[in-house]
Amino acid sequence: MAQPLAKKDDDRDDEADYSPFMGIEKGAVLQEARVFNDPQLDARRCSQVITKLLYLLNQGETFTKVEATEVFFSVTKLFQSRDLGLRRMVYLIIKELSPSADEVIIVTSSLMKDMNSKTDMYRANAIRVLCRITDGTLLTQIERYLKQAIVDKNPVVASAALVSGIHLLQTNPEIVKRWSNEVQEAVQSRAALVQFHALALLHQIRQNDRLAVSKLVTSLTRGSVRSPLAQCLLIRYTSQVIRESGNNTQSGERPFYDFLESCLRHKSEMVIFEAAKAITDLNGVTTRELTPAITVLQLFLSSSKPVLRFAAVRTLNKVAMTHPMAVTNCNIDMESLISDQNRSIATLAITTLLKTGNESSVDRLMKQITNFMSDIADEFKIVVVEAIRSLCLKFPLKYRSLMNFLSNILREEGGFDYKKAIVDSIVILIRDIPDAKESGLLHLCEFIEDCEFTYLSTQILHFIGIEGPKTLDPSKYIRYIYNRVHLENATVRASAVSTLAKFGASVDALKPRIFVLLRRCLFDSDDEVRDRATLYLSTLGGDLENDEDVRDFLFGSLDTPLANLESSLKNYVPSEVAFDIRLVPKEVKSQPLTEKKAQGKKPTGLGAPPSAPPSTVDSYERQLLSIPEFANFGKLFKSSEPVELTEAETEYAVNVVKHIFDTHVVFQYNCTNTIPEQLLEDVFVIVDASEAEEFSQVFSKPVRSLPYDSPGQTFVAFEKPEGLPTTGKFSNTLKFIVKEVDPTSGEAEDDGVEDEYQLEDLDVVAADYILRVGVSNFRNAWESIDPDSERVDEYGLGPRESLSEAVNTVINLLGMQPCEGTEVVPPNSRSHTCLLSGVFIGGVKVLVRLSFGLDGAKDVAMKLSVRSDDVSVSDAIHEIVASG
Amino acid sequence: MSPSTLELCPSVKNIILLDSDGKRIAVKYFSDDWPTNSAKETFEKFVFTKTQKTNARTEAEIAIFENNIVVYKFVQDLQFFVTGSDEENELILSSVLQAFFDSVGILLRGNVDKKAALENLDVILLCIDEIIDGGIILETDPNVIAGKAASNSIDSGAPLSEQTLGQAFASAREHLTRSFLK
Repeated sequence: MAQPLAKKDDDRDDEADYSPFMGIEKGAVLQEARVFNDPQLDARRCSQVITKLLYLLNQGETFTKVEATEVFFSVTKLFQSRDLGLRRMVYLIIKELSPSADEVIIVTSSLMKDMNSKTDMYRANAIRVLCRITDGTLLTQIERYLKQAIVDKNPVVASAALVSGIHLLQTNPEIVKRWSNEVQEAVQSRAALVQFHALALLHQIRQNDRLAVSKLVTSLTRGSVRSPLAQCLLIRYTSQVIRESGNNTQSGERPFYDFLESCLRHKSEMVIFEAAKAITDLNGVTTRELTPAITVLQLFLSSSKPVLRFAAVRTLNKVAMTHPMAVTNCNIDMESLISDQNRSIATLAITTLLKTGNESSVDRLMKQITNFMSDIADEFKIVVVEAIRSLCLKFPLKYRSLMNFLSNILREEGGFDYKKAIVDSIVILIRDIPDAKESGLLHLCEFIEDCEFTYLSTQILHFIGIEGPKTLDPSKYIRYIYNRVHLENATVRASAVSTLAKFGASVDALKPRIFVLLRRCLFDSDDEVRDRATLYLSTLGGDLENDEDVRDFLFGSLDTPLANLESSLKNYVPSEVAFDIRLVPKEVKSQPLTEKKAQGKKPTGLGAPPSAPPSTVDSYERQLLSIPEFANFGKLFKSSEPVELTEAETEYAVNVVKHIFDTHVVFQYNCTNTIPEQLLEDVFVIVDASEAEEFSQVFSKPVRSLPYDSPGQTFVAFEKPEGLPTTGKFSNTLKFIVKEVDPTSGEAEDDGVEDEYQLEDLDVVAADYILRVGVSNFRNAWESIDPDSERVDEYGLGPRESLSEAVNTVINLLGMQPCEGTEVVPPNSRSHTCLLSGVFIGGVKVLVRLSFGLDGAKDVAMKLSVRSDDVSVSDAIHEIVASG
Repeated sequence: MSPSTLELCPSVKNIILLDSDGKRIAVKYFSDDWPTNSAKETFEKFVFTKTQKTNARTEAEIAIFENNIVVYKFVQDLQFFVTGSDEENELILSSVLQAFFDSVGILLRGNVDKKAALENLDVILLCIDEIIDGGIILETDPNVIAGKAASNSIDSGAPLSEQTLGQAFASAREHLTRSFLK
């Protein structure tokens, strides 16, 4: 019994070990390459040596310059041999060795001879090799041959010349462009791939001539293109023409749409898919245009080929982001893909379903996903978690089942990134959906009971410290927190102590009990934990008078930028004078542009300081309050998104953020100097408010100095009537002193010149006075407001492109938060109801119910009902709509 | 040339043939995305590990890695990969993979495994050379590709009588060295 077994093993060893290249070594192969110089060439042996050289190169081995040159020279000798196989290998190795210009000369004549040979294989390959290694000077010599080759009757030769042309166009465009007559002829070739290559080259020759491209596409879409690849290419060119032709044919049919649509019936799947993809990518594609594309993609979903299923589901996933309703027809096929062997397909199917699903299908979907989650990799799970997060924000009423799902997967195995994604999602849901707060916090509490990631534990403890005391029964969290003090590492223990202190400071009833717990922490083995406990005991134990200070200390965010604090501490020399945090500069140091861009991605979840959406407001508020003139403006109500006041890539880039206070408006101009040779000083904005009569300027704060590439802020403040949504138009001019900068030394000249720069106008609109704040249950919220405050009126919106365009216009006009996904208009509907909520300046909650109806062909009529805690606000909303 | 126009032409970033341990048999890169050999090896290793659990034996499989679409198919102890950008038409990439896979199958006469592939590495390299030129698809018909690569191949299995005397000596010498090396 043992014998055959052993024999089997032997066999396998042999097989595994055997390789013709076993023990191959560069030095030895280079020695072997000497056979190339033999007077009597052994073609077979030479081929083998070349294969070995190619093998070495393929394995990542590199040849020194000397070695490569030596090999190259001996290889050139092989042109003497008439062996076809050897010649092929010679071509291959010459391309791999990429010889230098002076070496190329050696083979040029041999290759040119091959180009004129009677053997097609020689001709095609010699063209490819020569064009790969040649530089411009040689090209003029062989141009004549190449032009002939393009129209050669042998498709291999023609393709070789055309593909070489595509490569050469990048280095020698002026030469290749002279070939367009021949290329044009080749486009008519009967050989499928010649047509493909010719089309690619012809398009690239003409790419800068829009009219020519458009003509090319027009003629070809009518004719017959033979190869599927050429057809795909034509589809791409057609979409480009459609894109560039813009929207000037608003009314009638989109040009070339019929062509794209006809490609959906092509016999090649490759072409069908290309056309479907092109249609879904059309700018402002309509549902009617989408439908045939979706239909073919749906068929692909049930294909036996994974590649087809993947391609289709990936495209549909993209469509679902903009046109969720158009994809709903595919939901049944999608659901069956959840169990697809290919996990990428399954994940794409799930995230598509999450985007297209409606409120009623959520529960069923969650059940399916639960089974699916256990057998996919973390990276896919993260995608699913993120999709579920946005679903939950879309359907806040469903938070219970979604929150349950998140807490279940939180308990299962998973890596840090996955767990962090789940925790982030729960945190966001707690912030945005008030009803979800209690259960969400408890889930987080349970999670830290058994959490292996210190980072997550500390972040969650911090979060509980902020949110926990605001709940109905804060005491139930204490146990979870105090458990951490017993069971965790020092870092987590320290943050648990801080969290306990926060509860103590916020909830008077808990204070004595917290004291007991904190005292126990005084005996901790870690310095930091003991220090914190001592600190909190003394701050909390103080008089009631400084209660406010204690809170500030515990909850207030540090108004000093950490970077400034760090540099001040580094510069601090221990001395008699104690370090004073008040001396640390509070102005935010300008950051280099690059960093700023990186921040463009808003951090969300735990990573974002205080909380996601309010975080920008918070930081703005702190920044503004650090400027003494703004300190008495009161609480910041809203800061707008930055509005660009300059075109992209101009000398000076300026955008503005509108900060709305109760009686004031502050414009924060973020200016960037993009000219390295200039230093700007005393930069400020002159604002002409002649078209904003109710505003009066009270203050302006210039930027002292604005060096290249580091943004600075200048502010202008206006007074306005209290609590009213006053609107107006402001024209802006940037004023400054320019100083030339010596590019070598980087020093600016002493004398500067005054200059100004015209900026775009800025509008303060009604939407600036309304905060986008959602409600979880619109109906409850609506009914809880006094019906007497309701104001109803009807408006005619005139002809509109579509119902959804009308809905979006009104949403943007009011700047309110759409609720329950009602901002999406189902395709082909004649009427739609949209629910909006927001907070009006002065902190008044306001709810809006919009009923749209399509009247006649394109005319849209709207009924607007507003309820609000303050009747005047309801009226104000009507005024906004009436004047908008 | 603006990159946008270049992107319009279907293109392939690399063609990779690995053994079942993830070791290279033959690779060809047409893109600058992986400038060094170690970057290439890292990519190959990544793709290899990520695809091990999948069954790509009956139908070609597909996945996205680092913003690239990778289509792949396995047979015996060989693994074929073709990579393109994530904007590329998946079916075009798949047709390139199929072309590579099938033409190698034809050239190795259905006996597609690591041993045969290494023994006929010249043919496989020619095959890749005939499918893609500098990232542009040259040919996708496996029969045409195999025809072009094979007409020039030296048939190592040809009987001795058909070899010239010199070739016979060479082959004998080689067999001898091989047995010594073992």
